[in-house]
Amino acid sequence: MGKAIEAKDLNIYYGSFRAVEGVNMLIRPKTVTALIGPSGCGKSTFLRAINRMHEVVPGARVEGRLELDGEDLYGPGVDPVGVRRQIGMVFQRPNPFPTMSIYDNVIAGLRLNNKKLSKDATDEIVEKSLRGANLWNEVKDRLDKPGSGLSGGQQQRLCIARAIAVQPDVLLMDEPCSALDPISTLAIEDLINELKQDYTIVIVTHNMQQAARVSDYTGFFNIEGTGKPGKLVEMDETKTIFSQPKEKATEDYVSGRFG
Amino acid sequence: MTVDITKSPERVTAPSPQRRGLARRAQLPRWAVPGGLAASAAVVGLVLALVGFSTGLFVVGTVVLFTAGLYVASRIVEGSRKATDRLVTVIVTSAFGLAVIPLISVICTVVSEGLARFDVEFFSSSMRGVVGEGGGAYHAIVGTLIITGLAALMSIPVGLLTAVYLVEYGKGRLARAITFFVDVMTGIPSIVAGLFAVALFTYLVGPGARFGFAGSVALSVLMIPIVVRATEEMLKIVPNELREAALALGVPKWRVILKVVIPTSIAGIASGITLAIARVIGETAPLLVAVGLTTAMNVNAFDGRMATLPVFSYLSYATPGVPREPYLERAWTAALVLIIIVMVLNLLARLIARVFAPKTR
Repeated sequence: MGKAIEAKDLNIYYGSFRAVEGVNMLIRPKTVTALIGPSGCGKSTFLRAINRMHEVVPGARVEGRLELDGEDLYGPGVDPVGVRRQIGMVFQRPNPFPTMSIYDNVIAGLRLNNKKLSKDATDEIVEKSLRGANLWNEVKDRLDKPGSGLSGGQQQRLCIARAIAVQPDVLLMDEPCSALDPISTLAIEDLINELKQDYTIVIVTHNMQQAARVSDYTGFFNIEGTGKPGKLVEMDETKTIFSQPKEKATEDYVSGRFG
Repeated sequence: MTVDITKSPERVTAPSPQRRGLARRAQLPRWAVPGGLAASAAVVGLVLALVGFSTGLFVVGTVVLFTAGLYVASRIVEGSRKATDRLVTVIVTSAFGLAVIPLISVICTVVSEGLARFDVEFFSSSMRGVVGEGGGAYHAIVGTLIITGLAALMSIPVGLLTAVYLVEYGKGRLARAITFFVDVMTGIPSIVAGLFAVALFTYLVGPGARFGFAGSVALSVLMIPIVVRATEEMLKIVPNELREAALALGVPKWRVILKVVIPTSIAGIASGITLAIARVIGETAPLLVAVGLTTAMNVNAFDGRMATLPVFSYLSYATPGVPREPYLERAWTAALVLIIIVMVLNLLARLIARVFAPKTR
C-alpha cells in the first residue's frame, strides 16, 4: 500500500473553462502532501481529478497524464470505479450514509460492492478501520446506532474509517477539518500522522498552520485573477515552503500578506 | 420578544419609555382572544335572535365583529405592529377554517348517509339477482382493488425508473421533453385517459371490448405522472454529498442509486406512491367507459366487465331502480367505503414514511 502519484502537464476543464493549467507534480508514497492556496485556485479540482471524481460533474474533463505508480489513471479502458477503489476520499463535510448504522457505514464500501464476507471477517474489518480512525473506543458499544447520531468530529472520523476500510493506496482529503472544532481537528491531524505509515495522503487545506503541522510536502496553487486558470506555483518540502520559498507569491501567501 | 412582561404587572401599568434597553409595551391579557370571541358571539347571537337566526350569518357576523374588535383594542393597547399581527393571525385562521368546512361537511354527509347500509351484507354479497333492498358491493370492492392493484403494478416501476432517469441520468433535450410531457400528463382530464384505453383496446381486440385491464391501463395513464413527480422531488433532495461519498468508495453508479440514493429517499417515495394510488382509486369516468359495471362478481380482469366502487356508486345514484331508496343508500355506503380505503392508504403512507425514514439516534 501507499503508491506514488505523478501529474504530467495536467489541464483540468469544466466544459470550456480551464480551471487548472499545466500541473507537474510528484506525490511521493507514504507521505503527507498538503495543497494550499487561495479560494478558487483549483486545488480541490486537482484533488478530485486524482480519483476521477472530477468527471462526475457534467462537462468536466482532463487533459495530460496522471499516473499512479506509472499507470495512467486516464488511460483508455481504465474504469473510474476501479480508480476510486484504489484512491479513497474524505470530503469537507462529514457525509455518513443516513440510512446505515455505524457498523454498516464502515463496511459500506465493501458491502455496496457486494463483496461476500463472513460475519467474522467484517467484524474484524470494522474494528480495524475504526481503530485506525481513532474512533473505536468511542463507538464500540453502539455500532448498531445510526452514524448521523455522532458529533461532527466523530462523523468525520467515521468517514475516514469508511474510506480506509476498502484499503486504498492513496487517501485524498478535501479540507477535512474545516467543519470541525479545534479538538476534533487535533484528533484528525493525529490520525493523519498515523495513517501515513500505510497510505499516501493528499490533503487540501485553507489552514496554513495545519499544512505546516501535518504535511511533509506542500504545493502552493495560485490564480492570477477571476476567470483565469489556477496553476501550481511551487512545490517543495513543507519546511522549505514555509521558511525559504523560491517564489515571491508563495512567500506572500504563507506569511499572510494576501489570500 | 421572549421576555414575558405579563409577569411583572407594575411595568405593564407604568411603562417607562425613557429607559434604555428593551422597549416594553402593554399587552392585551391572555383571555382577550377567547373572551372577545365569546362576547362577539353573544352580541351577534342577541341581534340575530331579534331579526331571525341563521347559522351562516351567525358565524360570519361573529368573526367579523371579533376581528374588528380585536384589531381596535390591540391598536389602542399594544400599538399598530401587534395589531396588524393579530389581524393577520385572525385572517389566516379564518381562511383555514373556511378551507376545512367543505371537507368536514363531505365527511359528515357521507358518514351519516352511508352508515345505513354499512353492514355485513354490504361487504359479503354482490348485486347478483338483487332488485330493490339488500345486496352489497362485495364485487365492486374486489373489482376496485384488482383494477387499482394492476394499475399500481404497471405505474410504479415505470414511474420510479422514469424519475431515476430524470434525476440521475437525464441531461439535455430528452430529459427536458420528458419533464414537460409529465407535467402535461398530470393535468389531463381523467375521461381522456379512459377514452385512450378504450381506443387502444378497440384497436387491439376489436370494438366494444370492456374489461378490467382496460381500466387499469387508463388509471396508470393518470398515475404514472404523479409517481414520476413525487419520486423526482424525493430523489432531488437526496444530498449530492451522499452520491459522491459512495462514488468515492469505488461503487458503480447504478449501485449508488440502488443502495444509497433510493434507500435514503424511500420514505418519501413510498408515501408519494401511496398518495398516487389514493388519487386514482376514486376515478369514475375512465372506468365507466373502459370497464363498465356488472352485478355479479368477476375476478378476471382480462375477460368481461367488472364492478368498481366509484362506478357502482355513480350508477346506483344516477339510474336507481324502483324503489329508489335502497339504491341511494348503497351509493352512499360505496362512497363511504371508498373514503375509508383512501384514509387507510394515507395512514399507510405515514406509517411507511415513519418506518423507512433515516434515523438519527
